[in-house]
Amino acid sequence: MAEPMKIRASMSGDTAEVKCLMNHPMETGLRKDAKTGAVVPAHHITNVTATLNGTQVLDAQWGGGISKNPYLAFKVKGAKKGDKVVVNWVDNTGDKNSAEAAIG
Amino acid sequence: MNILRRNVLKGAGAAGAVSVAMAAGLLKPGAVFAADWNKGLFENKDLGGVMGAVGGAGAAAGDISVKAPDIAENGAVVPVEITSNIAGTESITLIGEKNTLPMIAQFNLSNGAQGYVSTRIKMGSTSNVRAVVKAGGKIYTAAKEVKVTIGGCGG
Repeated sequence: MAEPMKIRASMSGDTAEVKCLMNHPMETGLRKDAKTGAVVPAHHITNVTATLNGTQVLDAQWGGGISKNPYLAFKVKGAKKGDKVVVNWVDNTGDKNSAEAAIG
Repeated sequence: MNILRRNVLKGAGAAGAVSVAMAAGLLKPGAVFAADWNKGLFENKDLGGVMGAVGGAGAAAGDISVKAPDIAENGAVVPVEITSNIAGTESITLIGEKNTLPMIAQFNLSNGAQGYVSTRIKMGSTSNVRAVVKAGGKIYTAAKEVKVTIGGCGG
């Protein structure tokens, strides 16, 4: 199981802004190890999804071009205080993680 | 002679690992991957091919703001913020024009998600960060140049 991720959601007007930080090495598969010179195999998040009260609002595909320990923020209109936001990710090794927050 | 042999062995090992990974992926569809991952697109090293595939080639400029630093000291972490003010924005695609693998990410937005994403990307060298936005079946694009002093794509 991957390290826990951080998530925070807050309202601004009628729009909720969701921010999250994931813990992931995000190896592109192109980098070489400085000591051995061997290519470090690709290990990165491939899919990120987010739901608001169970309805999908975001479905993203990622490559290794996203920075290590990824940060993601997005906005959802029509959300209310107390609504539940869930963010899930899956990486290319099948590892996955999810976090949820109530909009504050 | 020995060095050559080492390299050949290494190459064979790497190719083997890839095919094992692929086979593993094929054996567990759906169950592991929440959605499909467009392997061909993300592993395409040709910018023209990527732009063509996402419909960004020849797309009209739109009301899209690409917020990124003018100069990034560390290409491994470049904050970018895309805001599309086009009504009915369905997806936002991020492309690093001079990255070895130009395709960075694609965000599909639905059910009230606004045309906005903020994240941090890697950039191999000074180039444009391009956002390709799909809205109402049409494609729009915008870009911003980021000068990179230290590349972040390894190698």
